[in-house]
This record gives sequence, C-alpha cells and structure tokens, in this order.
Amino acid sequence: MAKELVKGNEAIARAAIKAGCQCYFGYPITPQSEIGEYMGANLPKLGRVFITAESELASINMVIGAGTTGTKAMTSSSSCGIALMQEAFSAMCCAEVPGVIVSVMRGGPGLGNIAPAQGDYFQALKGGGNGDYKLIVLSPSNVQEAIDLTYRAFHLALKYRNPVMLLADGILGQMMEPAEFGEYPYKDPDVNEWALSGANNRPARNIVSLHMPEGEMEQRTNMLFEKYAAVAKNETTFEEYMLKDAKLVLTAFGTVGRVAKAVVNRAREAGMKVGLFRPITLFPFPDKNLHEVAKNADMILDLELNMGQMLLDVRSAVFGACPVEFYGRPAGGLLTPDMIFEKVQELYKKLDDKTKAGVI
Amino acid sequence: METLVYKRPESLLKDGHFTFCPGCGHGVVLRMIAELIDEFNLQKDTIAISSVGCSIFLEKFFNLDVAGASHGRSTCVATGIKRCKPDKFVFTYQGDGDAATIGFNETIHTACRGEHITTVMINNTNFGMTGGQASATTLVGQVTTTTPMGRKAELTGYPLHAAEIVAKCDGTAYSARVAITDTKNIRKAKEALKKAFEIQMKGQGFAFVEVLAACPTNWHMKPAEAIEYMENVTETVHPVGVFKDITKETI
Repeated sequence: MAKELVKGNEAIARAAIKAGCQCYFGYPITPQSEIGEYMGANLPKLGRVFITAESELASINMVIGAGTTGTKAMTSSSSCGIALMQEAFSAMCCAEVPGVIVSVMRGGPGLGNIAPAQGDYFQALKGGGNGDYKLIVLSPSNVQEAIDLTYRAFHLALKYRNPVMLLADGILGQMMEPAEFGEYPYKDPDVNEWALSGANNRPARNIVSLHMPEGEMEQRTNMLFEKYAAVAKNETTFEEYMLKDAKLVLTAFGTVGRVAKAVVNRAREAGMKVGLFRPITLFPFPDKNLHEVAKNADMILDLELNMGQMLLDVRSAVFGACPVEFYGRPAGGLLTPDMIFEKVQELYKKLDDKTKAGVI
Repeated sequence: METLVYKRPESLLKDGHFTFCPGCGHGVVLRMIAELIDEFNLQKDTIAISSVGCSIFLEKFFNLDVAGASHGRSTCVATGIKRCKPDKFVFTYQGDGDAATIGFNETIHTACRGEHITTVMINNTNFGMTGGQASATTLVGQVTTTTPMGRKAELTGYPLHAAEIVAKCDGTAYSARVAITDTKNIRKAKEALKKAFEIQMKGQGFAFVEVLAACPTNWHMKPAEAIEYMENVTETVHPVGVFKDITKETI
C-alpha cells in the first residue's frame, strides 16, 4: 500500500478501525478531537459502535463494558480528560479488562493550555489510580509509528487482558506526514475462555475488581505482577541510534525522540560522538537495555517536554553507571534542534575537558 | 400428593446465601429478579452489572455472568456491553447512593440515549454499606450518621426523585417506583420488574424501576417499624407509581 499524507489523530483513528476496533466511546477535548470526529463519521457506516459519552468517566466505563465481552474497544482523550479516567484504569487492571486508551498530551497542570507537552508521563506510568497496577504504555514518535503502535495496542490489550495506552502528544496529533496503513499483523487470542456472554452451558463468570476475602487481593496482585513481568520480558521495545561509540547519549520519548535524532546527526557532523536511546514501550521501560548503554557512555542527557518525569526511570535504569543530565521545557515550551544542539555542545565540551584532565 | 410451593430459582447460586441484615429489602428484589430471569428463560443470555454499595456482591448470589462497575458507572458498563452484544439481556442493579447520587448523571444520560437496558435501583434513602450516611434521596428530617439532627433542607437541599426525573427523558420507555412493604406490594414490584424486562426484550428503550426498600439497621428501627416508616413517611416523599410507560401511551 502506498504512502499517503495523513494527520496524526486521523491516522490513529484509521489504524484503530483497521485493527478491528468495534466500539469508540469518547468525549471531545483538544488536541485530539479529530479522533472522535473520524470515528463518529466512519464507525456507524461499518455497523460498529460510536457514542459521544457524557464524560470521560462514562467513556472509559463503556470501554470496560465492551472489554468484559472481549470486544475490541477504545477511547481517546487528553490530559485533564485522562485524569478523570484513572479510577477506571485501576479497576481494569485489577479485573483484567482489555481496552485501548489514546492519550494526546496537552499543557498542564490544571486546564493548562492546548499546546503540545509531555507532562503526563507520570499520569500514564505512575498512575493516579489506586493500588498496585500498570498500564502498558506505547509511545510513538511519528505518524507511521502511531499507526503501527495502534495496531499493537489492540493486540496487547487482548493478549494480556490489560488496558493499553497510546501516549502521544499534541505535535503528533496535529501534524501531517506521509505514512502507510499496512495490514493488521497480529493474531489475537481467543476471548471465549473468559469473556462474558451469558452462562450458557458453562458455569457463571464474573469480571469484578472487589476481592474482600482475606488474602485474595494480595494473591491477585501477585498474579498481576507476574503478568507484568511477562510483559516486560516479551514486549519491551526501544530505538537505538548511533550508540556504538557514543560518549553522550540522549534519551527522549515520543516526538522529542525525533528532534533528538536530528541533533545526533548534526552533532556527528560536528565530530561529536553522540547517540540516542528512545524507549518505545514506556511500560515496560527498557531499563536493562538502557543500563547497558549507560555503562559504555560518559554521560546521559534526558530530554523531555516537562520538568523531568521519564528522568526518574532513566536514573533508575542507569543506576549510577554514568552521570544523568536533564534538559526540558514544560507546558507548551518546545525543544528545538538548535536549543538541544547548544546543550549538547555545552555538555560535550565538559566531557572533553574532563577527558583531557584525565578525570574520565 | 406433594404440592410444590417453593422452588429455588435456577438463576440463584445453590450455595449463594444472602448476607443482608434482617429486614433488608435487597434479598427480596434479587430473588424476584432471579425468578423473572428463569420465567423468561434468560439465564444463558444475561449479563448483570453490579455496582458499589450493598448491591455489590451479585456474583455471590446469582448464577449469572456478572460485570462489576465502579461507583456510579454501572449504566456505562451496561451500555458498553449491550451495544456490542445487543442480543444479550443486560441489567444493572444499583442503590440510591450509586444510581441517584454519584452516578445520577450516568443514569440520566443512559435514559436519554434510550439504551436498551434495565436498571433496578434500590432506594433505601441512605448509604447502607458505609454505615448509613445521607444520600441524594434522604428525606428532609431523616436522621443519618451525617445528618444526626435530621436532614435540613437549608443546609443539604431536598431529596432527589429519581423515577420521576428518569421518566422525563425521551429515551425512557418505562419508569416506575414500587415499595416492597407487604406481599401485595411485592407482587406489584415484581409486575414492574417484569414490565421493565419485557421493555428491553422488545427493544423499546430504557427501563427503570426504583424500589423503595427498608434499611432497618441504619434507620435504627426494628424491621416491622421500618416497614411502617416506609408506608407512613418515605412514600409521602417518594410516592409509588408508574411515571412513564410507552406501551400504555401507544395503546
């Protein structure tokens, strides 16, 4: 299939339909409303379900309903809207309800603004919901990857019976670039072993998140964390670029990753040994892989459109193997290639000086 | 010759003993629902949605598939289920704290969308499971743990009349309030539930049954006193009646 010029939000919606999404439940919020608009215009034509719900609370709980029947369903929202869904994410993880959530980040905190930002890394990864739980979180850096990861999100949701979030930002949602819609590449598991369908010639089933008897919730949480370990083992993905001899390694997720990649090229042209490590799965975070990279590097520069959120996971992965610096701008402030390049030059000079002084 | 006078509904689990307080209305309503599911032969096609409160443990009693919902969101979960499995029989079982307080927005919008589901709301005018705090339907003057001097309208407003408001929604096909105060009224309540089931089976719209039920523990009354209180006080504020029935209107 040939490449075509497509807007990020529309690409996600089209990929979801192609992935077999049967139901979309959503509530409008900038900068992702095009997803709901595309779904509203197209799902009914296909005989599938589209509802503009009364709130984000309602949207995600409708996704839960569909998910309990093993039906592929999704919602999409942004920052403050995703905040309202946190209780449901926790419940979905506990009850093992699949579902896909697209989060297109805007500036925050509060109502913030509608500029692109990455301030919802904690929201997606560290949760606002209660208890020990984990969303699977996928982070696309361009429109093509948004399509491919949307396919993957639907597959992983069913494979692990867990909510999967596609964490994009306003840049990706709003920009157009060439991309192609390949065939949905996954074979999804049979849901009939667990989905609710009525107790027809089988014992009644329940999918609930309340587990009161003593020890039951502890046992369940342990079971969930065994599952998360399997997710980490099987599904961790990341991009490595120019890392073999890199003294300074940039870490970045989402759209910042592609800006950082451009900076790596520029730095290489200027004779600086700079590379990029970009997590694609944020949970599972590629911590072991990053640690190996850090062991061979002199310094890591973490770049984010926030005040330093993935930074905690980067530091935790690096675990002292090399120094970690941070450069970020919050709430709509963008990191341009020039700004990052300047920071790279400054840090690289420090590394050079230290090398000359025999410190490293 | 022996005469069969009672048969445990197939839709109740054989060892699913009700765990409610003496005089509580939940068990009566749950059994009526199970009887109706048996009568309509719906067991194999039913998905029940529980809620938060004393209405939560459906899977402990029903021999039915059950989806659990967070507080106030049962009708959303039901919407998601019914929309992708329209051939299933889908009902929510909620209390006044769930359907009329934290989840009333969801109740109203589900009614406005005319979802083909059935909602049963037990109204005992307080948050029973958490120990008897005031809810949206608590009567003015009613003593609860959060209104120890009685609910004062000037401080916390007036009780919400769920069945009447739901009846105003265009997507509602049936909305009624019943009270399970005695055998006669329990039979009437079952008729209302039966109607609400048939409405869904015929795909006529949203069906809502509000059941006034006693909560003797939190009302600090003996079961018999609680029934008297319902008849003499609760029903004067939340009157029983059918507030909408499109099957009657079309005749």
